[in-house]
Amino acid sequence: MSLILDHVTYEYGIGSALPVKALDDVSLQIEEGQFVGLIGHTGSGKSTLVQMFNGLLKPTAGNVYFQGKDIHDPEYDRRALRGKVGLVFQYPEHQLFEVTVFKDVCYGPKNLGLSQKEVELRAFEALKMVGLQDEYFYVSPFDLSGGQKRRVAIAGVLAMKPDILVLDEPTAGLDPKGREEILNLVASLREKMGIAIVLVSHSMDDVAEYADKIIVMNHGKKVFDAEPKEVFAHVEDLEAIGLAAPQVTYIMKALKDAGYPVRTDAITIEEAKESILEMLHR
Amino acid sequence: MNIIETKNLVFEYIRRDENGEAEGVTEAVDHVDMQIQQGDFVAVLGHNGSGKSTLAKHFNALLLPTEGTVLVTGKDTSKPENLWDIRKRAGMVFQNPDNQIIGQVVEEDVGFGPENLGVKTSEIWRRVEESLKAVGIYEFRKFSPNKLSGGQKQRVSIAGVIAMHPQCIILDEPTAMLDPNGRKEVIRAIRALNDVENITVILITHYMEEIVHADKVFVMEKGKVVMDGTPREIFSRVEELKKYRLDVPKVTELAYELKKSGVPMPDGILNTEEFVEAFRKATRR
Repeated sequence: MSLILDHVTYEYGIGSALPVKALDDVSLQIEEGQFVGLIGHTGSGKSTLVQMFNGLLKPTAGNVYFQGKDIHDPEYDRRALRGKVGLVFQYPEHQLFEVTVFKDVCYGPKNLGLSQKEVELRAFEALKMVGLQDEYFYVSPFDLSGGQKRRVAIAGVLAMKPDILVLDEPTAGLDPKGREEILNLVASLREKMGIAIVLVSHSMDDVAEYADKIIVMNHGKKVFDAEPKEVFAHVEDLEAIGLAAPQVTYIMKALKDAGYPVRTDAITIEEAKESILEMLHR
Repeated sequence: MNIIETKNLVFEYIRRDENGEAEGVTEAVDHVDMQIQQGDFVAVLGHNGSGKSTLAKHFNALLLPTEGTVLVTGKDTSKPENLWDIRKRAGMVFQNPDNQIIGQVVEEDVGFGPENLGVKTSEIWRRVEESLKAVGIYEFRKFSPNKLSGGQKQRVSIAGVIAMHPQCIILDEPTAMLDPNGRKEVIRAIRALNDVENITVILITHYMEEIVHADKVFVMEKGKVVMDGTPREIFSRVEELKKYRLDVPKVTELAYELKKSGVPMPDGILNTEEFVEAFRKATRR
C-alpha cells in the first residue's frame, strides 16, 4: 500500500538556455503508516518532490507508483489519488475561503462526489480530529487565530480521508506552543488513524522527535534516507548542505569532547537527559 | 539617549460582527511604557496575537496610538509633520520578503528607498553598494530578486532599509519563512548592523535562539509587557515563559531539566560552551 518513486527526474525549461533539474533521479518509498521527515534547504527540491506524490507534477523521467499502480497511466484515476494523498501546503490558511469553518472543510469531500450526508459527517469528524471546538464550527475561518486556521486547513485535507498526509512546513510562523500543538496533532493522526505522514520541514528539531525516517534533499538529489539517529550522525555533511543536526546533538558532542562519556546519538532533550544522568550515576 | 520611547501607549480597535455592528473593543496594546536606547539590540517575544507586531508598527508610525505617546528620536509619531523624518530614522522589515521587494533587479530595489528620500544619484549608488555588502549579497546585485533564496531576498529587504541610513531597524519575524541557513544569514547580518554600524535593532521573533545576543528582551502577553530583562534573566524563568506559550533554547532547557533532576546547574544557560562549563562545575566533587 505504499508510495514509490522510481528514478524520478523533473526538469523544467527543457529546450531553453537554462534547463533546471528540480529533481534528479530520486527513488524512495513511503510505507503505510510511516512518519517521514523530508528535509532540505530552500530550493533543494522538497516542494517539487511532494507534488510528485499526488500527481500534481509529472516526472520528465521515471515513474510514480501508488498501491502498486503507475499514477501516470492513462487509465489511472488521478482525481481519486488526490484524495488518497493529501497535500497541506505552506501557509494553508491562505487557502481558506468559505463563509464558515464547516463549509470550508466540506469543500474537499464534496469535490470527491460524495453524498451531502457523507460530506458533512467527514467534515465533522475531521474538525473533531484536529481538536477544534464545536463553538468555532460555524464562525468565519477568518475570525480564528493563526493556529486554529491552520487546524481547519488540515481538517479540510483530512476530510478526504487520505492514506498519506503531506504537510509542507506546517509550523511556519507559529509561536513555540503553536508549533508543538501542530506537531502533536500530526503525530496523533498517525497514531490514531494510521495515516502515513510526510512532514516537510527545515527544522531538524521538529522532525527528530517524531520521524521513523528522514529523507534529506539537496540540489534535487536525495542525499540521505535513513533513521534520524543515522542521519544526524553525519553532522558535517548536513552542515555542508546548509542544514544542521538538532541542537541537542551539538550539546552532547561538546560534552563528549570535554571528556564526558555521554551518548552523542541523543536527539531529544529527554534522551540527552537520560544519558547524562545515567553517566553521573554510574 | 532613547531612540524610541512609548509612554502609556494604548492601541484599541473595534471588533465588528458580520453586519458591521460594533461588538466590542480590543486593546491590542495595553498601557505600554518602553524605552529603547540608541545602539541597543532589543528583542520582543510573545505568542501569535500577543500584540507585539501591533506595538512594533507604532515605532515607525504605521499605526498611531489611541492613547499615550510614541516618541521616535524625541519626535511625536502622532504629528503628521514628523512622519517623513520618523520613517527615515526607523525602517521596518516584515516577515514575507516577497511582499517587500518591488525592483526588477536587486540593486534597483535597494536604491528605491534612498531615491524616494531625494538622495542624489551618485550617493544612491554608493549606498546601494554599501548596504548590499553589509548584508553579504553584493554578488547578487544584478540578479532578479525572484532568482534568490528566501534568506537572500530577506537580506535584500534589509539592505533596502539600511540604504536609507536609518538609526533604527525594526524586524517583524524576519526569519519565520526561512530555512536554517537563511535564518543564520539574516541574523548574522542583523547582528553586524548592530555591532559595526551601531544601528538600533528591534527584533520580533518566535525563535528563542535568535535572541541570546540581545541586550534586552521584552515579553508581551495580551498587549502588555509582562517580562523584561537580559536574555539570561528571561531564560531563567522557564515555567513562566511556557505559560506565555513561549520556550527557551534547547540548551537552556536541557540545563533546566538536569537541575530538576538534582544536578546543580545554574539558570539561564545561553550556549553550549556555557553549558559544558557549568556542567563541569556542577559535577565536580
